[in-house]
Amino acid sequence: MTAVRFDHVSRHFGDVKAVDGVDLDIAEGEFFAMLGPSGSGKTTCLRLIAGFERPTAGDIRIFGAPVADLPPYKRQVNTVFQDYALFPHLNVIDNVAYGLMIAGQPRRARHAAAEAALEMVRLGGYGRRKPSELSGGQRQRVALARALVNKPRVLLLDEPLGALDLKLREQMQEELKGLQRQLGITFVFVTHDQGEALSMADRVAVFNQGRIEQVGTPEDIYFRPDVPFVADFVGSSNVLPAEIVARLTGTACPAAIRPEHLRLAADGPLKARVTGLSFLGLTTRVSVEAEGNRFTALLPQEAPRPEPGDELALTWAPENLHLMARDA
Amino acid sequence: MTIADPRAALPRTDSAATRVSDVLWRRPTLLLVLLLTPPVLWLGIIYLGSLFALLLQSFFSIDHFTGLINYEFTLRTYAELFTPTNFDIILRTVTMAACATLASAIIAFPIAYYAARFARGRWRAVFYIGVMMPLWSSYLVKIYAWKLILAKEGILTWALEKLHLLWLLEAYLSLPVVGGNSLSVSPTGTFIVFVYVWMPFMILPIQAALERVPASMLEASGDLGARPGQTFRHVLLPLALPGVVAGSIFTFSLTLGDYIIPQIIGTSRLFIGQAVYQHQGIAGNIPLAAAFAVVPIVIMGIYLTIARRMGAFDAL
Repeated sequence: MTAVRFDHVSRHFGDVKAVDGVDLDIAEGEFFAMLGPSGSGKTTCLRLIAGFERPTAGDIRIFGAPVADLPPYKRQVNTVFQDYALFPHLNVIDNVAYGLMIAGQPRRARHAAAEAALEMVRLGGYGRRKPSELSGGQRQRVALARALVNKPRVLLLDEPLGALDLKLREQMQEELKGLQRQLGITFVFVTHDQGEALSMADRVAVFNQGRIEQVGTPEDIYFRPDVPFVADFVGSSNVLPAEIVARLTGTACPAAIRPEHLRLAADGPLKARVTGLSFLGLTTRVSVEAEGNRFTALLPQEAPRPEPGDELALTWAPENLHLMARDA
Repeated sequence: MTIADPRAALPRTDSAATRVSDVLWRRPTLLLVLLLTPPVLWLGIIYLGSLFALLLQSFFSIDHFTGLINYEFTLRTYAELFTPTNFDIILRTVTMAACATLASAIIAFPIAYYAARFARGRWRAVFYIGVMMPLWSSYLVKIYAWKLILAKEGILTWALEKLHLLWLLEAYLSLPVVGGNSLSVSPTGTFIVFVYVWMPFMILPIQAALERVPASMLEASGDLGARPGQTFRHVLLPLALPGVVAGSIFTFSLTLGDYIIPQIIGTSRLFIGQAVYQHQGIAGNIPLAAAFAVVPIVIMGIYLTIARRMGAFDAL
């Protein structure tokens, strides 16, 4: 069953088309990521699902029911906010139990449910603390528990890991994924971090300028980008312009090639000049310039290392060149 | 090539100002002492000192036959506060202060909310000017303006007459306690002017408190199922409460101490400020005036303690 459906949804703020004719289907039980640079419309889409924004045009359905006229407090979705939005005047247990309190549950029952939710996010016994006494990671878990305790049919997460440091972020990624599998709830996850989207999501929608450029599995968008934007943004792939591809392969369309698939050779059809080197440990990143385009190659450690200024050529195995025929 | 003089890196001549700066930079404590001494002296001696002198006076008493002050410590003057006449004054003033504070808070909240949440750019400037402008003109001018508005021959009566609603005003004025011959000589008139004059002191702290409530906090409440009314009660009001309390400290204490408004607008019954004024001036009863002046201080102390118990400062 479709959990969330967007049918030609737009949200304009004056002249700014934050969301511009988006079609979207999110299946029940799916971990769905909305990926894009800031200002690409992904957060506005999330806010449209939550009900904080109303669409300028188009139809939004949650489990088949049109929700355009439903205020947030009547929707069976809950949100984990980017800044967590924990209530500073309430302690942790009352924060988590807030939704149940509003629903009219008696104090004892809602505190028991909130404690269970806190245990689920491994914060059992923290109920009496104030949010200000918790670390960023703990606040994040409280925000998660506060949303999940209401048993939403769709959980919306707005860059929930953005404020955490790298190590905590990786740990939370696994925990979130585990929770989603365990609960079977549809997760809609907004992020600008392609690594996060690829590692966690069942499917990813890549946003750019209010539109969706591509929807697909992480493998799809990483290895088989439809358009140069996706190739560049998701995989930091090199995009070969159509005229070079036409000369080399005979097909006039842009193509993507991953940095780890580019090789440097003494001679070849695409002449290139080395402009920079950075040592990354496992690999060496080499920046090259070829016919006015910049490319990046990741060389394995054992490969011979070029010097900046070297005149070489770029080569690759033909199967690693991904043609993006859809692009106009 | 000669070896450069290591002192060449330093500026050769220091002006007097630079040398003073250098000394202060090396001794930050000295700077702090220099900066703080004058205001601490001012606050400690002139401000708190006079307050202490006042407190001292209230423990003396007056000899009602000779009219002379008896410089022996006694609580007799405080006991005088509880005579029916004097206690009536205290009760009337506190009731008025409470009503004016409550009304100010109710009127100020939506204005402050609008300013904090929605007003941007030019509308923000309009808001600030609109709120502050009444503070720029003389307090007396405003009070006399209100006297004209509220008087029997004033614009309010005239307007109600044209609207054929004068009977409403007359019915209201015939009520006991709040009514009177006209609005300008009724307790209601005093109340209206108090609310008007202190309004900016209520709006600005509430606006500052609301400004610190992130929009996501209100969205989160709605997201968790709370209707706007519930969000107001459970999230917005608790978070704005420090601002409301700060504003009410102003409106409450200013009403408790004011002696001009009730003299110009309202009945001939006294308020604390008027009692202080009369006792220290015409009657020469400085001890009783001092004891009356202590009343607002005690009431504010009680008020702040209750506010704190209720958790008004938890969100600070």
